[in-house]
Amino acid sequence: MPDPLLELHGLSKNFGALTVTSDVSLTVLPGEIHAIIGPNGAGKTTLIHQISGTLRPDRGTIRFAGQDVTALPFERRARLGLARSFQITSIVPGFTALENVALAVQARSGSSFRFLRPVAGEAALNDEARAALDTVGLGQVADRTAATLSHGEKRQLELAIAIAMNPRLLLLDEPLAGAGPEETERLIGILRDLRSRYGILLVEHDMQAVFALADRISVLVYGRVIVTGTVDEIRGHPEVRTAYLGEDALA
Amino acid sequence: MTAPFHKSLRNHALALVTLLALAAAPFLGFGDGFALSLLARAMILGMAAVSLSLLVGGAGLVSLGHAATMGIGAYAVVAFDAAGISEGLIVFPAAIAAAAVYALMTGAVSLRTSGVHFIMITLAFGQMAFFITSSFSSLGGDDGYTLYARTEWLGSRILDNRLIFHFLCLGLLALVWVGGTLLLGSRFGRVLRAARENPQRALAVGFQPYPYRLVAYVMAGAVGGLSGALLANATEFVSPALLSWTRSGELLFMVILGGVGQLGGAILGALAIVLLEETLSHLLVYWRLVFGPLLVLSVLFLPDGLIGAPLRLRAAFRFASPKRRNADA
Repeated sequence: MPDPLLELHGLSKNFGALTVTSDVSLTVLPGEIHAIIGPNGAGKTTLIHQISGTLRPDRGTIRFAGQDVTALPFERRARLGLARSFQITSIVPGFTALENVALAVQARSGSSFRFLRPVAGEAALNDEARAALDTVGLGQVADRTAATLSHGEKRQLELAIAIAMNPRLLLLDEPLAGAGPEETERLIGILRDLRSRYGILLVEHDMQAVFALADRISVLVYGRVIVTGTVDEIRGHPEVRTAYLGEDALA
Repeated sequence: MTAPFHKSLRNHALALVTLLALAAAPFLGFGDGFALSLLARAMILGMAAVSLSLLVGGAGLVSLGHAATMGIGAYAVVAFDAAGISEGLIVFPAAIAAAAVYALMTGAVSLRTSGVHFIMITLAFGQMAFFITSSFSSLGGDDGYTLYARTEWLGSRILDNRLIFHFLCLGLLALVWVGGTLLLGSRFGRVLRAARENPQRALAVGFQPYPYRLVAYVMAGAVGGLSGALLANATEFVSPALLSWTRSGELLFMVILGGVGQLGGAILGALAIVLLEETLSHLLVYWRLVFGPLLVLSVLFLPDGLIGAPLRLRAAFRFASPKRRNADA
């Protein structure tokens, strides 16, 4: 088995008396899609916050690419190659799609304390940004202002930004949230193409998408991982049925 | 700033025309001492307003203490004057450096806050500077300080020539405007703009906005110091009123009236306010009764500021005349 890209060990977080993450340990291997599912309020997004660095865990460690990153802030983890997408789309609305992505390329290519040269004309940044936009199928709308893109296009743009960071791990928090059936289809295709290049930790409510994409699935209930297994193991697991899926989701 | 090139060129055009008009003004009947000192005041305040606009429009940092940097620049000039030093090569760099150091120290603290807290903390630092200058008894305290002479350059008193002073102010104003506009379009500026619109996104790709904002804050402070040193020379008198928070508010109003989307707006805003104030105060005793409502109306009807007015008017005109719209299509 290869060394895990991401390794959570005994992660715990309380908000007052409320335990939102309870002794969570899991791994993501290179080239693997590890999905986290669980009912609303199970603590999925809180877990993503702790992995990305926007929230500090009370106990436990987070190792990324062999390094303990538990104490590193969000932007430092991003520079190490931990790219995160948000449940609620987070882009720069006044920038063009291209500039949104070029910002991510810029973050990992040289100093940004350069004050006079027009950045819009930097071909090296723009070329890489265009490539990332093409990967997610947004090549045609590169010069549109991000605010004017459709909801599905914004989700794709956020993926393109993550790709442009040239990350080692993608943390995707409900990338399909609010996408229509056609957009969902397209996004699933994109994610399937990406799996060979990155490790992916996927939080998603759309069960069809999770079963279609995931190599392994962890089920989170009340902040605790009750089971981790392959798609088939999760489908058949009795505790999962009662805790989350319900009878009809398995039909 | 992210508008297509031809569009941004059109927006820059208005600022360019204004600068050209300022260059021509002394030869078009505005060459007397009174007109020139009025225009110098407008250009100097415009310089400070452009630097504030860099913070407000560019970085999203609404400072209500920017006048303090002007005041520090001006007080550097009088402090040297009191010590018998009036050489520009010493006085001007020192004024700029003093304001930059002030901006560095106060910015390092202020920039840890945001929103309303940032406004209040910059106001608080500004008030501190105000009361400190009021207590300089050797520099006149509350009463202020009258300069013995304008700053010299290599021993020559060229700033006494009003025309030279006019073009010095104009040149520096243009330089600040061009420099600031380039800055906002650079790598550095892109990080500032991204962090203004969506700081979470900036962090997510790996940018901590704090150092970028601090550098911008220091740059704006340095320009504030430069404008203060010029203002001391223009009026040959410096008092703590220069650092009062109402002065900071006035600078902020110049930025908003001119339009926060473009740095050139601050030039228009400064010119409009200085000239309007002058004209109205000659026409009416209670001129502020007219001035206030005019400003309110301008904010209501020109949300993009003066610099956005031509586009807005064009759009309104097209809307009113469908024939022309068809012809365009």
